[in-house]
Amino acid sequence: MEQMIANGNMIPFEKGETVLTALKRAGIRVPTLCHIDCLPPVGACRICVVEDTATGQLIPSCSFPAAPGLSVATHSVKALKARKTIVELLLANHPDDCLYCDRNLNCDLQKLAEELGVRQRRISGERIAQFVDNSSPAIMRDPEKCILCGKCVRTCEEIQGVSALDFSGRGSKCKISTAFDQSLNLSTCVSCGQCVMACPTGALTERSSLREVMNALQDPKKTVVIQHAPAISVSLAEEFGLPAGSDIMGLMTAALKKIGFKAVFDTSFSADLTIMEEATELVERVTKKGVLPMITSCSPAWIKFAETFYPTVLPHLSTCKSPQQMLGAVIRHYWAGTQGIDKKAVYSVSAMPCTAKKFEAEREEMLVKGAPDIDAVLTTRELAKLIRMYSIELDKLEPAACDLPFGERSSAGKLFGASGGVMEAAIRTAHYLITGRELGNLVVAAVRSGVGLRETALTLNGLTLKAAVVSGLGNARKVLDEVAAGTSPYHFIEIMSCPGGCINGGGQPRGIDRENVKRRLAALYAIDAAATLRVSHKNRAVAELYEKFLGKPGGHTSHELLHTTYQARTDLL
Amino acid sequence: MATDTLFTRGAEALKKIRRETVDRPVVFVGAGTCGLGAGAAQTLAAVREWIAAHHIDADIVETGCIGLCAEEPLMDVQLPGRARISFKKVTGEKASKILDSVFKGAVDTKTALVQFDAGDNKGWDGVPTFAEHPFFRRQTRWVLGNCGVIDPESIDEYCARGGYEALRDTLSWLTPDEAVETAVKSGLRGRGGGGFPTGKKWRFARAEKGELKYLVCNADEGDPGAFMDRAVIEGDPYRLLEGMTIAAYAIGAREAYIYIRAEYPLAIKRLERAIAVAERENLLGDKILGSELSLHMHIKMGAGAFVCGEETALIHSIEGKRGMPRPRPPFPAVKGLFGKPTVINNVETFANVPEIFRHGAERFAAVGTGTSTGTKVFALSGKVVNTGLVEVAMGTSIREIVFDIGGGIEHGAAFKAVQIGGPSGGCIPDANLDTKIDYEELKKVGAMMGSGGLVVMDEHTCMVDVAKFFMDFIQRESCGKCIPCREGTRRMLEILQSITRSRRNETGEQALQRFQGIMQLTELAEVIRSTSLCGLGQTAPNPVLSTLKWFRHEYDAHVYDRKCPAGACKDLITYRIVEEQCKGCTLCAKKCPVGAIKGAPKSPHYIIDEKCIRCGACIVACPFKAIETE
Repeated sequence: MEQMIANGNMIPFEKGETVLTALKRAGIRVPTLCHIDCLPPVGACRICVVEDTATGQLIPSCSFPAAPGLSVATHSVKALKARKTIVELLLANHPDDCLYCDRNLNCDLQKLAEELGVRQRRISGERIAQFVDNSSPAIMRDPEKCILCGKCVRTCEEIQGVSALDFSGRGSKCKISTAFDQSLNLSTCVSCGQCVMACPTGALTERSSLREVMNALQDPKKTVVIQHAPAISVSLAEEFGLPAGSDIMGLMTAALKKIGFKAVFDTSFSADLTIMEEATELVERVTKKGVLPMITSCSPAWIKFAETFYPTVLPHLSTCKSPQQMLGAVIRHYWAGTQGIDKKAVYSVSAMPCTAKKFEAEREEMLVKGAPDIDAVLTTRELAKLIRMYSIELDKLEPAACDLPFGERSSAGKLFGASGGVMEAAIRTAHYLITGRELGNLVVAAVRSGVGLRETALTLNGLTLKAAVVSGLGNARKVLDEVAAGTSPYHFIEIMSCPGGCINGGGQPRGIDRENVKRRLAALYAIDAAATLRVSHKNRAVAELYEKFLGKPGGHTSHELLHTTYQARTDLL
Repeated sequence: MATDTLFTRGAEALKKIRRETVDRPVVFVGAGTCGLGAGAAQTLAAVREWIAAHHIDADIVETGCIGLCAEEPLMDVQLPGRARISFKKVTGEKASKILDSVFKGAVDTKTALVQFDAGDNKGWDGVPTFAEHPFFRRQTRWVLGNCGVIDPESIDEYCARGGYEALRDTLSWLTPDEAVETAVKSGLRGRGGGGFPTGKKWRFARAEKGELKYLVCNADEGDPGAFMDRAVIEGDPYRLLEGMTIAAYAIGAREAYIYIRAEYPLAIKRLERAIAVAERENLLGDKILGSELSLHMHIKMGAGAFVCGEETALIHSIEGKRGMPRPRPPFPAVKGLFGKPTVINNVETFANVPEIFRHGAERFAAVGTGTSTGTKVFALSGKVVNTGLVEVAMGTSIREIVFDIGGGIEHGAAFKAVQIGGPSGGCIPDANLDTKIDYEELKKVGAMMGSGGLVVMDEHTCMVDVAKFFMDFIQRESCGKCIPCREGTRRMLEILQSITRSRRNETGEQALQRFQGIMQLTELAEVIRSTSLCGLGQTAPNPVLSTLKWFRHEYDAHVYDRKCPAGACKDLITYRIVEEQCKGCTLCAKKCPVGAIKGAPKSPHYIIDEKCIRCGACIVACPFKAIETE
């Protein structure tokens, strides 16, 4: 390793590294607004400037290559003054409504202004008035709060391969826009919400359903139930200042009951149900020479991505609804009856780590006689807000268990929260269904580790199944190009829209810190390792549901309630 | 091969092509974009009509611009046995009268501009030659040598004047490395504004390994008031192609792009044609002139964004992306167009290359100063008599350009300053008029060479207004990527606007902002300069800093006295009727479009300031000069 100087001390760096990377390793923090760790630097915000002590020039640490002999002062008066002025310039064109903003107390710009000691509106001038775009069922965009850091643009294009957003206009008319400045619902946006995660301000948020949920909770004619997704219990804690990866399943359930939900269900239950349906579908496709490879359909942003960019691949998608929609269907059309409630009186809420689930719940394919199975979808962030709004102090609660029958789950269902989880759960069950034996220690390591595309092969009774797992829509493109060309070597592919899967979903606690995602992932695997029920086919509640209501996997009722269709959306291109 | 004939003609044939003698009359019309703007199309039509009406067997040639825009449209006539003579301001109506007389052998010296070297021909009495004419006399015309003289569409004419000799000799006698070293030795520096040594840039790209390298010509020319590149392409397109081909040989590029703004349709047309002809003549394409060099030339039209003159933004634009700069390093010479090593030079830089390779680096380096060699083309505009394109040797003083070549200030007004280098440049006041055209000298006085815009300003120009104009331009043309440039330039403009706004038109809050703003102006400028991403942002505050440096008293007058000494900031002018001089004729009151003038007939009138829109109609109307402004 070579050495450079930072604030008078030698610090090491590897050849080709930027100054910022070297500083970070040495434990010296320099604030940034536009930097995304895993992408090449763009040097747009200029917040990260440091002073080159030899020349007195300010250099952008995010893009400047570290070099031997380089000496920088990260917090010289000149650098601090420049950073402060830049923030003040941003504030001069920013709405003064922090108290009313979704990001209040959780905003990078606000934090930076505070850190740099902005205490006075020194720079003022004309502010550009723009309209809020609330056309999307999932994502709201308030361009007035946008600081044009471009993180959303790069996330959308370089990570997700969607390119729904880009810069348009010049100078002070420069803004983030969709193609032809259409509203978001008419764009190619797939509602994945990764832009929301990347946004440093309140310019991008989910479209909130809190008010509807609160109204329903108050309504005596309604039975309000909630389901929560597998990835939520290991991420919600961060919203309450606990370390990433803390599992607060019991406390969360208790809080929801205290808020007034009549029943709290676990979506991991319907993940098990999904495995039964999907494994059956896969076996059917393999044995009856159906369309292969089959691709998972749990991730609604991925569904819209396929409908928009790969319509020819649609027959490859499993017809299974996502776990959210499956549970929504059985709650309304089965559970309500068992409780003696009119199915129309059930108000079904789901808490999801996802913004696209809001879009999914409203899809016309998901409506039964014009009414949705899921009435409202809350993101992890909204769930935290709800808990805070009802003045619930988590630390004063006794953990509670989910309500039956949809509270029992295998840890395989819980793994749905991570990329590779559906595959692992499916392999465990497929192994059992085909061979009649459980898979060794049940861990499918090949789909767990690594990033981008992971693959595995499984030979069962002489039948070799090749499977692939990919997360992040940008990564999915390569696999899909093969599927579209008919050259894909796989039988089964799991695709999750968000990099890392639902634990890094667009509805999760803000930020693009990969460390937090790793901790959430570790928490899920720890839950699996400690569990006694680790395979979907042993979930007794699922078996009972088939017995009492659905018949058999892939049967008539299943098809009616648990399967769906897709539509090409090429007109959006 | 057709090329053979280009290089193997006899001396007599070349003389013919060069029109040193002609068998039949030739009429030339300067039909560049600037000439057409002045009415050259009508002139051309009138010439055609006249020739047809008089049944004369004559050639009509459309040339590019010779540079003297102030006198356009220009028409030259060359009669057999007579020297070629140039006439000025030949509008459609005047053409036939001039032709009538010149074909009879008589010229009106008032309409004649200049005559060409007579050679074996008979000259014209009373008409200055190029060596005598004050506008042309002090110029060193290398890059512009052919402009306005030859038919820009004729490769024969270009070759007859030594064109493509440099390429032929380079390919025969020099290795690419030697070609790079020749460029280094010449001392040629980037003429686009930065002034980076061209040879050094080529050397970096030459040193890069890899099969594919790109050569890019920056013909985006976005500075307001600059039109050097357009004139070169319109008047002498093959010179650019030859320069680029030599550069491609030197660095090892096989693909070249010319990035040209779409607002230059004539230049694009000339280029397209020139590329097609050069390909036909084996001067472009595969195995050029039988050598190992292959070069394919593409034209890429830009949508006219100032920032696309910045090389990384230009690269993005060619790649089909939004024209936004990216951080450097990596520099384009290492990682440029489509990720490959790329050399980007501007039109004038390439246009200098044939000169260097034809006559040698030494001759080129001998002209100019120590660190700035060769010549520089300037677009001279503003309040100067001879506006147009001038090419001077480096080391020429600004005074010479403005007063000797430019003919001084219009209407005898007093000189105030020149703005050099466009929006990123700076202004040079009276006291520094003897500054020499030299990259370093200009920097020393707070200006820069820039691409060649030279705007002359007189006593009626308000320097705050000038700064405001450039700031407005920059804040509109900022790409919007980095915060200091996007947000900062806008605030600086607002501050300048507040200084030039009358108290009548501002709210209390705005007045407060005005005071805040003045205090922040230099601070903001410093942050924008030191933190912006690209050259556009880093130089964006220059117009303000430079006017503030030399004309602080004008700012002070605006800020403290709320007056514009030059009388240019309309909002700060007050109109007043001098009671003693007013006879009460009521004329002014009748002419005032807003009824701001009151008074009984035959008694002194007065102006209601709140109503006055400062149109000046009353001053024009008053027969007694009773109305004053201050």
